Amino acid sequence: MAVKVRIPTPLRKLTEGKGEVEGTGKTIGDLLEDLDGKFPGIRERLCDESGNLRRFVNIYVNEEDIRFRQGKETILSDGDEISIVPAIAGG
Amino acid sequence: MSFTDEQIKRYSRHIILPEVGGKGQKKIRESRVLVIGAGGLGSPAAFYLAAAGIGTIGIIDGDVVDLSNLQRQIIHYTPDLNKPKVISAKEKIEALNPDVEVKTYQALLTSQNAMGLFKDYDIIIDGTDNFPAKFLANDAAVFVNKPLVHGGILRFVGQVYSIVPHKTACYRCVFNSPPPAGLIPTCQEAGVVGVLAGIIGTIQATEALKLLLGIGEPLTNRLMTFDAQKMEFREIKLRKNPKCPVCGENPTIRELIDYEQEVCSI
Repeated sequence: MAVKVRIPTPLRKLTEGKGEVEGTGKTIGDLLEDLDGKFPGIRERLCDESGNLRRFVNIYVNEEDIRFRQGKETILSDGDEISIVPAIAGG
Repeated sequence: MSFTDEQIKRYSRHIILPEVGGKGQKKIRESRVLVIGAGGLGSPAAFYLAAAGIGTIGIIDGDVVDLSNLQRQIIHYTPDLNKPKVISAKEKIEALNPDVEVKTYQALLTSQNAMGLFKDYDIIIDGTDNFPAKFLANDAAVFVNKPLVHGGILRFVGQVYSIVPHKTACYRCVFNSPPPAGLIPTCQEAGVVGVLAGIIGTIQATEALKLLLGIGEPLTNRLMTFDAQKMEFREIKLRKNPKCPVCGENPTIRELIDYEQEVCSI
């Protein structure tokens, strides 16, 4: 499935500055693998050593938190919009 | 207590709004808002709340005004350099609106002072600049059951949403715990466009007023993100997380935590 992925500012140095990239995958887990192939290091920023999504990062499929769907097993459909939203601390 | 003629004139643009009226303006005057941090977010938030006629504004901040603050922290002026931020902020607020009582706390927010302080206020505005303080503010607000308006800014992006403890998603429902130091850059390391503080800080003030007045639809259970480069607001649905460590069904965090992280380092 081809999806659109919104990249948050802190990760854009891995995506050549791009705020939006294309990715493919049947699930979020597949998508992260695909993205890591294109932009090495991105998975490590999003997942911990055991492969779980880091706790200060959220991934949304069409504005819905994957934690309330099937997490990394969440199934993707063509044209889905994926947002990666980390916490922001500045003030 | 009724309003003087001068006050009626000062707040006339509010009073004329059917959603506010004299009753609402009185409510605003009787309200107490605590602003954590007199920085980028706290400056515009406190300033607009003062202009709106909030009766008591508390400001907690342990810093002094630095030259690098003035690009965005609009409550401080060049002659205020090296002055405690809470004093500088108090002077501006009193000059803008003598109706407002300003309480200053020249200190960092800690696990020791947070809950005692929050108890004295109706709404808390999070204008802090680091993760440990944001998590501390959230947990304290949940424990003492006070609404909190969260805000965060970095580079060209901002996040903002309101938290009504035990009813809507709290900060930990969304972001479980702070990232390790160094993983996410600070404004100091990564920069921040000054006006972004104004945009997010004034949204926080708007939310505080709406929550106090009980009008409109609060920015709860939805995280608003703003990208200044695209000039785009987006909304993400949030849900109260039943597994939230602080407001979930079986909370694992029952007291405040001082995370080991250098202030301003992330």
